[in-house]
Amino acid sequence: MSDYVYLDHNATTLVRPEAARAVTAVISAVGNPSSVHGPGRAARKTMEEARRAVARLLNAEPADVIFTSGGTEANNLALEGSGRTRRLVSAVEHPSVLAGGGEVIPVDHNGHVDLDRLEERLLADDTPALVSVMLANNETGVIAPIGDVVAIAHRHGALVHCDAIQAAGKIAVDVIALGVDMMTISAHKIGGPSGAGALIVPGISTSSGAEIRGMQFGGGQERGYRVGTENLVGISGLGAAAAAAHAGLQDFARLADLRDAIEQGVKGIEPRTTIMGEDVQRLPNTTCLTMPGVDSQTQVMAFDLAGVGISAGSACSSGKTKASGVLKAMNMSDEVASSAVRVSLGWPSTAQDVKAFLAAWRDIYGRQNIDKISSPAA
Amino acid sequence: MTTTKSHWSKDAPLYLDYQATTPTDPRVVEKMLPFFSERFGNPHSRTHHYGWDAEEVVEEARAQVASLIGATPKEIIFTSGATESNNLALKGVGNFYKDRKNHIITCVTEHKCVLDTCRHLEQDGFDITYLPVQENGLIELDKLAAAITENTLMVSIMAVNNEIGVIQPIKEIGALCRENGVFFHTDAAQAAGKIPLDVDDMNIDLMSISGHKLYGPMGIGVLYVRRRPRVRIVAMINGGGQERGMRSGTLPTPLCVGIGEACALAEKEMGAEAERLKMLRDRFHAGINERLSEVYLNGDLEHRIPGNLNLSFAYVEGEGLMMGVNDLAVSSGSACTSASLEPSYVLRALGVEEELAHTSLRIGLGRFTTEEEVDYAVEKIATEVTRLREMSPLWDMAQEGIDLKSIEWADH
Amino acid sequence: MAYSDKLLDHYENPRNVGILDKDDTGVGTGLVGAPACGDVMKLQIQVDEDGIIEDAKFKTFGCGSAIASSSLVTEWVKGKTLDEAAEIKNTDIAQELALPPVKIHCSVLAEDAIKAAITDYRSKKESKSEAAE
Repeated sequence: MSDYVYLDHNATTLVRPEAARAVTAVISAVGNPSSVHGPGRAARKTMEEARRAVARLLNAEPADVIFTSGGTEANNLALEGSGRTRRLVSAVEHPSVLAGGGEVIPVDHNGHVDLDRLEERLLADDTPALVSVMLANNETGVIAPIGDVVAIAHRHGALVHCDAIQAAGKIAVDVIALGVDMMTISAHKIGGPSGAGALIVPGISTSSGAEIRGMQFGGGQERGYRVGTENLVGISGLGAAAAAAHAGLQDFARLADLRDAIEQGVKGIEPRTTIMGEDVQRLPNTTCLTMPGVDSQTQVMAFDLAGVGISAGSACSSGKTKASGVLKAMNMSDEVASSAVRVSLGWPSTAQDVKAFLAAWRDIYGRQNIDKISSPAA
Repeated sequence: MTTTKSHWSKDAPLYLDYQATTPTDPRVVEKMLPFFSERFGNPHSRTHHYGWDAEEVVEEARAQVASLIGATPKEIIFTSGATESNNLALKGVGNFYKDRKNHIITCVTEHKCVLDTCRHLEQDGFDITYLPVQENGLIELDKLAAAITENTLMVSIMAVNNEIGVIQPIKEIGALCRENGVFFHTDAAQAAGKIPLDVDDMNIDLMSISGHKLYGPMGIGVLYVRRRPRVRIVAMINGGGQERGMRSGTLPTPLCVGIGEACALAEKEMGAEAERLKMLRDRFHAGINERLSEVYLNGDLEHRIPGNLNLSFAYVEGEGLMMGVNDLAVSSGSACTSASLEPSYVLRALGVEEELAHTSLRIGLGRFTTEEEVDYAVEKIATEVTRLREMSPLWDMAQEGIDLKSIEWADH
Repeated sequence: MAYSDKLLDHYENPRNVGILDKDDTGVGTGLVGAPACGDVMKLQIQVDEDGIIEDAKFKTFGCGSAIASSSLVTEWVKGKTLDEAAEIKNTDIAQELALPPVKIHCSVLAEDAIKAAITDYRSKKESKSEAAE
């Protein structure tokens, strides 16, 4: 297992050492952040430090950060809590956004939401709407034109929720500059522990932002937007990961070189490979590419046997084999969609990992399509 | 925060607030830590090593939780905590069956999150009965039986109260519910791991458990949902379809491992621990009574978890007392409301006079409490109460035999 | 919530805890607050022939801020004339002890206690002089 090459960081990434240290420091302590005695106050202090770190990562105000149990809950809170029943969501959103229902706005072959259609649909009905578009797609890494989405939505009185779970910590994210009304992040996607996330609502602390209502009722924690005793260990891990990710943004940007090496390497073996969103802005760490004629699931299993962990799309669909909804939405043919896999690098990834991946790729492709492979000498 | 050590050091506050949160047992921490680092993995990634490893340990944890309460693993839904579990049980069942029945019975001393959720359900057209409690904090079964109608969908009564530690007659309530075809939900956040619970024997259909109240981590809880006869719920958090659609979101592997191990430890050690805590609790109570007069125990002594005392010290004020005993981490009222100046609604529901409700301390003893700590706390509290009484005009009046109720106090 | 050192000092080492003879005509007693509200303050002043407060004692049932506020005003009123003592404002007390906003009512109560003690002293004196007439 120690030689295993893990290239599925978009599913969950390694806990950063800084976050592990924070977790270790807090896990043996006792104190409910709502208690007024010393241990309780110390717990609250830990939590507020984490809040500031998360705020810094996204250029938000600490008081506008609402901690949740993770990205899925934060997305649900944004949608439900906004009270807006008319929702327009892009076709490539995460299931936790799509599950809330609403009108689906198509995307183009690059995965970009159809802005004309968005405006048209907003014009068609003046019920106050909520638009939800993810900043970077989990399967393809494609970065959405959020600025345009915000401009259009706000022109028509709609709120914008932005799922930044995959983008945060990978590229610079400025919630104010983007102008979105709500933003979701998740700890375990940025090198924190699973079980913590946040919804950022710029201006909510000063009543100058979107108004939301909590989904659950109880003790009044997180100013009532999200009640229940806070996951202090998770939150402190999230804070430490946010700080480390913030400091490591430049290093993370350099993963694009490794990503490019993967893509060039695969193209060198098989020029007919399709790379999703190749011509548009993407996350530096993600590539979604095909192995022509080889089923995604077969690839994933073969890679696993070869000691390389990748995925065939989002990890949330309880292990069932099904063609990716994202690629279908991008109007990819069944042939292309069913042979695509996602390779996602993380902060610990190395050139060695890329080499191992390419070797495995060549081997698997060669075994499956012995006659199709181009001769290395050619 | 106070680090848990076998020997408490006088530099840090002495932790006696085990009903607010329990320290994570070092054995639990040890089990969890690898999953924060080398054994990371998304349990839903079924295609590679790391995912498999995570899935296996999550399922093991599920079985450990199930075993503690006599359930099957498939009946265990992981949530972010007892607040979410309580919300999910009430709203989930309510929303699924609301077209058939819409009456829910609960009780006035439930945890705030149950009461708040019920209030919201009322706004959504549900009919809620809030049963009163007796002076000892227990509900009356006759009143419960009388409250059940043909329209009653569910009864939600907590197993153990978080402020006064009293144990409700869960088995009897369960039997009554089953007889009447009513779902029975119990908030067992304070009970699980402290007293034996068996969902079949007690006819419990839904049960909420919290990780950080039974020496597991914060940020994780469980909702037990009975499969036979089946209880259906509408999910609150939707998305990836995890937890059989009842609770979406990536499962936090380390936290699942933590609550599982905590349950396993509790199952193994509950009996011996209860005996030890009862001995400490009795020592505490006797020590206080030896040193002070006019101290009142809130809630039944017999039907009570061993780790809780809730005492009212007449003629001193609670916050002033808290300040005097600030090297003890104890709570006055529940942790969620103690920042406000309102006296505890639980004590008021018991009929405790407002003056006495103001002067109550909740003393929570637990796994790491020692005899030495108990003796220190008794000494500290007795000394401080004595000092404050000497400063208290009410104490003087009481000593002079003046009935405080005969005085016309000005409101302010 | 962080309390000021001054407040903590008055709470831990309260000045002038005690009782004066309430039947003494030179003593004014103020009893304010209510047990149900969580604070009761008893402030007593001993006034000399010249109308100067020569001694003050208190007993308080209440939180740390209430105890500190009462302790502080017993120090402040000593040596003052009744009129001067009546000038003490709750804001002065709150400022001196750096009371947190949720504790401002304690300083209000202390101001009320002084006023009540003065009123009690004066009414006693009046009834005495009436009786003498």
